[in-house]
Amino acid sequence: MRHTISLLVENIPGVLARVAGLFSGRGFNIESLCVAETIDPKISRITLVTNGDEQIIEQIKKQLNKLINIIKVVDLSEIESVEREMALIKVRAAPEHRAEILRIVDIFRGKVVDVSPDYYTVEITGDANKLQAFIELLRHFRIKEIARTGTVALPRARKAFKEKGEE
Amino acid sequence: MKLTGAQIVIQSLIKEGVNIIFGLPGGAIIDVYDALYDSPIKHILVRHEQAAIHAADGYARATGRVGVAMVTSGPGATNTVTGLATAYMDSIPIVVFTGQVPTKLIGNDAFQEADIVGITRPCTKHNFLVKDVNELAKTIKEAFYIAGSGRPGPVLIDLPKDVQQAKAEFEYPKEVRLAGYNPKYKAHIGQVKKAAQLIASARRPVIYAGGGVIYSKGANEELRRLAEGFSMPVTNTLMGLGGFPGDHPLWLGMLGMHGTYRANMAVIHCDVLIGIGARFDDRVTGKLEEFAPDAKIVHIDIDPASISKNVIVDVPIVGDCRDALLKLNQALSNINIDWEDKHRDWLEQIEEWKKEHVLSYSQPEGGPLKPQYVIEKLYELTKGKAIVSTEVGQNQMWTAQYYKFDRPRTFLTSGGLGTMGYGFPAAIGAQAAFPEKLVIDIAGDGSIQMNIQELATAVSYRLPVKVAILNNGYLGMVRQWQQLFYRGRYSQTSLEYSPDFVKLAEAYGAVGLRATKPDEVEATIKDALSKDVPVFIDFVIEREENVYPMVPAGAPLSHMLLV
Repeated sequence: MRHTISLLVENIPGVLARVAGLFSGRGFNIESLCVAETIDPKISRITLVTNGDEQIIEQIKKQLNKLINIIKVVDLSEIESVEREMALIKVRAAPEHRAEILRIVDIFRGKVVDVSPDYYTVEITGDANKLQAFIELLRHFRIKEIARTGTVALPRARKAFKEKGEE
Repeated sequence: MKLTGAQIVIQSLIKEGVNIIFGLPGGAIIDVYDALYDSPIKHILVRHEQAAIHAADGYARATGRVGVAMVTSGPGATNTVTGLATAYMDSIPIVVFTGQVPTKLIGNDAFQEADIVGITRPCTKHNFLVKDVNELAKTIKEAFYIAGSGRPGPVLIDLPKDVQQAKAEFEYPKEVRLAGYNPKYKAHIGQVKKAAQLIASARRPVIYAGGGVIYSKGANEELRRLAEGFSMPVTNTLMGLGGFPGDHPLWLGMLGMHGTYRANMAVIHCDVLIGIGARFDDRVTGKLEEFAPDAKIVHIDIDPASISKNVIVDVPIVGDCRDALLKLNQALSNINIDWEDKHRDWLEQIEEWKKEHVLSYSQPEGGPLKPQYVIEKLYELTKGKAIVSTEVGQNQMWTAQYYKFDRPRTFLTSGGLGTMGYGFPAAIGAQAAFPEKLVIDIAGDGSIQMNIQELATAVSYRLPVKVAILNNGYLGMVRQWQQLFYRGRYSQTSLEYSPDFVKLAEAYGAVGLRATKPDEVEATIKDALSKDVPVFIDFVIEREENVYPMVPAGAPLSHMLLV
């Protein structure tokens, strides 16, 4: 099963390597991984998506908890949360397809961020299902390149675990 | 007054109460060695960095305190990796200082540069690269705290040369606060009560105790109360030997691959298994699916990640072994049961298994020398009071089977990683901690050659370690596997061209002795024990003696090869 795990970690060198090394060393999967500073510059948030059966997910969380630089581990799949991912998609935009592509982008509330004679680069945000559906539709026009951020997520309000300095 | 980083290291070690360190200097750690020169800390100069780590590890296992080692950058640092991995697998608290090239050169492939923090990340509990001398004292404080608390483990501190030379005010922190590290010692009373109820419902309980009982001070006494008070048999893992008296009527012996028949039979047939400070390692469980098939499992461990890692546990108890056992004993004594009566049939059944098969060998008079006989004689002549280390392989398993340990911290062996070359430097570390005690390394002719250069260390510091080499001219355990599972094809396991260990010991200034016949064993051991210098004893044993019982790797415990 797919799990989104949110980590609050000390913002110091080597922490990402510890997390990545734990996954590779113990044979766990990482589907996607996002890292950036939080409001408190001493703390970063790592959001990672992984999969495995219940026992593996349990091990992943316990092993992550053992890392000294990891302050908090929350499995967002166990609580109400919101997830988003952004993608930039460079799609072939032949003259006869331009209008249709724009319509699809519009329906998905995407944005064209770069235009050239042959290509549109489209920005799209949403959860995994929405992105998948959008990519499937654009596939018909030939996607040249794609860059995805990976999932970021937060628990829904009230159930949030607080970051220091974040209210 | 401001101190240099190097002086801060030494002052911090003094604050930590460190009085002995093991190491070998080099260009990138020379400043700390300079500061060490005027300090009261004793330094044991080894001949290879790997041995420094094993010695610190042996010191830590024998004393329960944090062992300390110090080496230079690059090759000095990479030579620590096996020692760190050994300590990591067996949860041994050590702090290792490595020199590093100056911060400005890091990443430039400088002379003797190695990314040791990167290299050792997966085989340390934690590691640090100190880039600012102002962080140094705090880092050392944290390192000692992390190494020795919770589930212990090795911690490495990488010290760039410019940090050793830079100056800062020295103030050693009084306490440590780490947002992401809070080991839990107190066992949850609700869980303990659940465990007590489960144990009360059992008809055929078995206690399976590991290294946690050794590391948690006083846990062995609570374990004994648990066994005696509620009439339950105990089996130990390799790491747990000494956690329960080896001559106790409730003791089943070691379990697992080379465990006793009755210990493995008891685990196969038990209905409640109480795991204490053990981690259900594959050498213990054999085929997982058939491990303790009828049993509900209680698991006490300080490391939550050890619980339900290999075997799904019914009642997990996270906490310090002693605390958990104390509470469990309390909870069980509140239950009104005649435990002796309740478990009588079960203990009788175990006696039956003991009659069916007990550890044994036969030593033909005048015939080839049996290794088991040597170890029994060692046990007898040391009255079981020695600190014993081993190398890895047959020597280790025979020691585990035939030397009966009765106290914690008297058996030093590389259980998890299985590091050949561990025993001799570990014995040196233990001997340095306890100059008055008898320390013996039981070795094979293969493993002893993996750190044999430490003879020089033992001789120069007058550390009178006794090394009993069970010399069969083979990498014996591998040969045994080849004989049993690879159609006798002895691929690269014969060591016919070993040195003359007697002459070799003498060349180093130690004493060398040899015994080749059973009737020479006793006199030779007595001779060795009478000498206050390091002694190598070359026991020339039967070449193809095997360790039995044996459960083939990956097979269920029920598939014991007995003989």
